[in-house]
Amino acid sequence: MIQARADLFARLRAFFAAAGVLEVETPILSQAAVTDPALASLSVGGVGPARSLYLQTSPEFPMKRLLAAGSGPIYQICKVFRDDECGRLHHPEFSLLEWYRPGWDPRRLMDEVAALTRVALQRPTMPVERIAYRELFLQRLHLDPWSATVEDLRGAALAAGIADAASLDLDADAWLDLLLTHCLEAGLGRDGMTFLVDYPPSQAALARIRPGTIPVAERFELYLEGVELANGFQELTDAAEQRARFQADLAQRRRRGQPEPPLDERLLAALAAGMPECSGVALGLDRLLMMATGIDRIDGVLAFPVERA
Amino acid sequence: MAFYSTSEFKGGLKIMLDGDPYNIVENEFVKPGKGQAFNRVRVRNLKTGRTVEKTFKSGDTVEAADVHDTEMQYLYNDGEEWHFMDPESFEQMTADANAVGEAAKWIKDNDVCKVTLWNGAPLAVDPPNFVVLQIVETDPGLKGDTSGGGGKPATLETGAVVRVPLFVQSGESIKVDTRIGEYVSRVKDA
Repeated sequence: MIQARADLFARLRAFFAAAGVLEVETPILSQAAVTDPALASLSVGGVGPARSLYLQTSPEFPMKRLLAAGSGPIYQICKVFRDDECGRLHHPEFSLLEWYRPGWDPRRLMDEVAALTRVALQRPTMPVERIAYRELFLQRLHLDPWSATVEDLRGAALAAGIADAASLDLDADAWLDLLLTHCLEAGLGRDGMTFLVDYPPSQAALARIRPGTIPVAERFELYLEGVELANGFQELTDAAEQRARFQADLAQRRRRGQPEPPLDERLLAALAAGMPECSGVALGLDRLLMMATGIDRIDGVLAFPVERA
Repeated sequence: MAFYSTSEFKGGLKIMLDGDPYNIVENEFVKPGKGQAFNRVRVRNLKTGRTVEKTFKSGDTVEAADVHDTEMQYLYNDGEEWHFMDPESFEQMTADANAVGEAAKWIKDNDVCKVTLWNGAPLAVDPPNFVVLQIVETDPGLKGDTSGGGGKPATLETGAVVRVPLFVQSGESIKVDTRIGEYVSRVKDA
């Protein structure tokens, strides 16, 4: 397994070297932290003058600062940390590959993700398909995520036999997440790679929103064998919009009684100074290694899972 | 009152749901790429034995169930309830038919049982894995039949009925595996 990981990482680095993407390294510890209410940062105390620092949940913010500084295309392989995430496919510490392509749109980046995945898994002819988030819900659950009410979504969950659907208290996005994880994800990526694209604007995270009759978040996820491997965006470059989203996240955290970490003002300053239009993606390397080796639990590809760390 | 967060969920954890104590059988953490995480949990109701699936929003908390196992000696049945004694403190407790369940078929005075306590009261009783019981009634076997094939029903001193080989006779004692309710062997001079 140790050899398989080393071989996989070597193939990834060779891929990026050939593609002219620069490997970079950014701090794992940061004074600011992610605001996304669905991500819990770990913090460490006793660093510097009686201050605490946050362990990164992804290297996105500092990498965007490099992009704004004119780095050109960059990638990073690093450890990231997410509190409270532990399960068959989750581990509180995991390896992430994140890369950015200035001037590229998500379609072009998805092609590169597919090419990299084929190389990584040594499956040169693995097919790839794209399906829109709205299309998937319409086809499989006869629901339009853009217009379904909470009660429509609850009804779909009841019809699918999800335990406690009658009593769960969820907002519309959480219902969509429930239906996606319980009813839809397992069927994705069964005949090669599936990209799920064009998410509801309420689930944009750090993606740009493409206006239109039906506005969509320019966000994609890669699935293989029912497992989510990667998340990508047409990156938001508007500093004011970014600040508004951070603040909306913090407001939601306050309502839920979650910690409210400091905003990354340095990222906002970099966006204000000008970040090139670009697409970026983060890919979970432990899960990719699971695919490469046929292991079905993330613990099985780690030298020392957290219980034995 | 103690609480557990979903991040502490694992097999064997005892929690309260709708006023009943449950044992977590299986816990699965699921989360989409971004967004709400859930715990899909299979739990067994410790009162009824029924297993059901539950869905929790990750981060939710549930009340811990004060449930633990202890070894107790079975003393006697007064016709309604079964009396047990803690062999160390000599404290006595009674368990009703609901708690004793199937164990009633197997236990006799002085057997040491695993008693599951909920808020200090017996919730379930597990008999010893193996018990030795005397046969009070079984058909006489056919002379000369030593094949052992087929077998016949035998009623034990506790009222339980198990299948025994044809050569085993009334008045003899046998060893029974209570987990599967099957005859293991004859026991001499029990």
